[in-house]
Amino acid sequence: MIARIGSIGFNTFREAVRDRVLYNLIVFVLLLVASAPLFGQISIGLEKLILINVGLSAISLFGVIIAILIGIGLVYKEIEKKTLYTILSRPVRRWEFIVGKYLGLVLTLVVNGILMSAGFFLALAVFGHGLGRADAALLIAIYFILLQFLIVTAITLLFSSFSTPIFSAVFAFAFFVIGTMTDDLRSFAAAAKGITKWLLTAAAYLVPNLSSLNVISRVAHERPVGGSVVLYNTMYALLYSVAAVAAATFIFERRDLK
Amino acid sequence: MVALEILGLSKSYSVGFWRKSLKPALHPLHLTVEEGETFGFLGPNGAGKTTTLKLLMGIIFPTAGSARIMGRDFHDSEVKRLVGFLPEQPYFYDYLSAPELLDYYAQLSGVTAVERKKRIPALLDRVGLADAGGKQLRKFSKGMLQRVGIAQAIIHDPEIVILDEPMSGLDPVGRREIRELIQQLKSEGKTIFFSTHILSDAEALCDRVAVIYKGELRGVGVVEDLKSKIADTAEVVWHGVHALERVSGLIIKSNVIGDTVRGVVSSGNTDVLLERLRAERARLISLTPVHGGLEDYFISHTSEREGVNA
Repeated sequence: MIARIGSIGFNTFREAVRDRVLYNLIVFVLLLVASAPLFGQISIGLEKLILINVGLSAISLFGVIIAILIGIGLVYKEIEKKTLYTILSRPVRRWEFIVGKYLGLVLTLVVNGILMSAGFFLALAVFGHGLGRADAALLIAIYFILLQFLIVTAITLLFSSFSTPIFSAVFAFAFFVIGTMTDDLRSFAAAAKGITKWLLTAAAYLVPNLSSLNVISRVAHERPVGGSVVLYNTMYALLYSVAAVAAATFIFERRDLK
Repeated sequence: MVALEILGLSKSYSVGFWRKSLKPALHPLHLTVEEGETFGFLGPNGAGKTTTLKLLMGIIFPTAGSARIMGRDFHDSEVKRLVGFLPEQPYFYDYLSAPELLDYYAQLSGVTAVERKKRIPALLDRVGLADAGGKQLRKFSKGMLQRVGIAQAIIHDPEIVILDEPMSGLDPVGRREIRELIQQLKSEGKTIFFSTHILSDAEALCDRVAVIYKGELRGVGVVEDLKSKIADTAEVVWHGVHALERVSGLIIKSNVIGDTVRGVVSSGNTDVLLERLRAERARLISLTPVHGGLEDYFISHTSEREGVNA
């Protein structure tokens, strides 16, 4: 079982690595990070702050875009091209396939995220006048970005298990955007009344709380991130991802693959 | 032992705006394939062949019925270790090379690393792709892809090989290569169940065939038996032209060369003809049933629109 999931995961990773789009995005992000000092010249003395904000936001955004772009085709492409037929005709359970594909894409994003982070730290060392001990907190922000990838990938996989790529992309991106605004959504829910309050509260709990995983601004201003936040965010991301992957599996297990 | 037992498998799809009406794609199908048998599943396009194979492979779910593969329920994922499957017009991960693809599929089928190392080069050699090396599958011709398809279906040394239209879309050379591969598998004692609408392939390879049309089984049996159902004449050759007058009422047409008579007789009159020839002391040279081809049987069982349904 684990060997089969591992094989599917590795093949998903291999496909992404051999896909030129991925490399283009990495190059694009690196270019963006490298251009950050230009913003610094506009805001004198704020090079490092802007570099951190732009760099980490770019890593997050491009990681999410990769997660959605690849995620929407993760299952759909295998059905459309019928490659899934030669997988399911082997002793591979449908849930193993879904979990394998998920872990493969997560591995891709983590490797991709690490590569982008390396570029980011390089840019910081060169243009941000070196790295200090306080910059270690940036690793927490990057860790949280990777947790975001776990969630966004799981949501995209969930939508792609029953929908077309275009709808999956729209739904997943909508969830991501709303998820980054869950704090505001909860404030609206608290202020609302009647059915609106009920609906807003339900929506606030349904969409992933990505705003709590965004500590870019906090670390850019060298404000500390507590250990409990790291623990709760980790647990939240894992539980949310497991729930979304389980839902994807539930749907996929019952689906006729035409 | 029965290798494959289909027990009333059926499939209907919901159609219409509200998806309330059901359109049957496969009526309850009962079929058995014996171990070591090469079985052809014949039918025109859209007859329900691929639906049946997809049901067996767990790609779609049956509306009713079940199946047993080597005595085990077909839903049991472990039973798939015993089955190799080639889908119709297969598409493989085109960013992989042939050895990579086979390695991936072998892993999924639980073949150990040591075995994989031995089997993959041997199998590539067997299907004529030893020279393909690290070339990605996107650069393969259709014939090469089909050979990779056969290789992936047998990489784990299955007991049953299920092939969906294995010769479809291939040129004559490609078809011959695949036919030879199937013959090799047959000689190794594998059970082969393959769908096709190319009747000459079925006739050349199969021990038994089933004919399916509009989701319904129209006939099943040994190829020669099925053909004989269509045949209703026999060619009789004998020495003794003097006997011709005595049997002329039974003969449809005849041709005399010297003392030798070549006559065509209806199958039902063969016995009477032979008795009369014996009584006339004519010397029988040969008696050959004149079979219709499998094609005749196929057409008669799948041509409802022409009103010749048997």
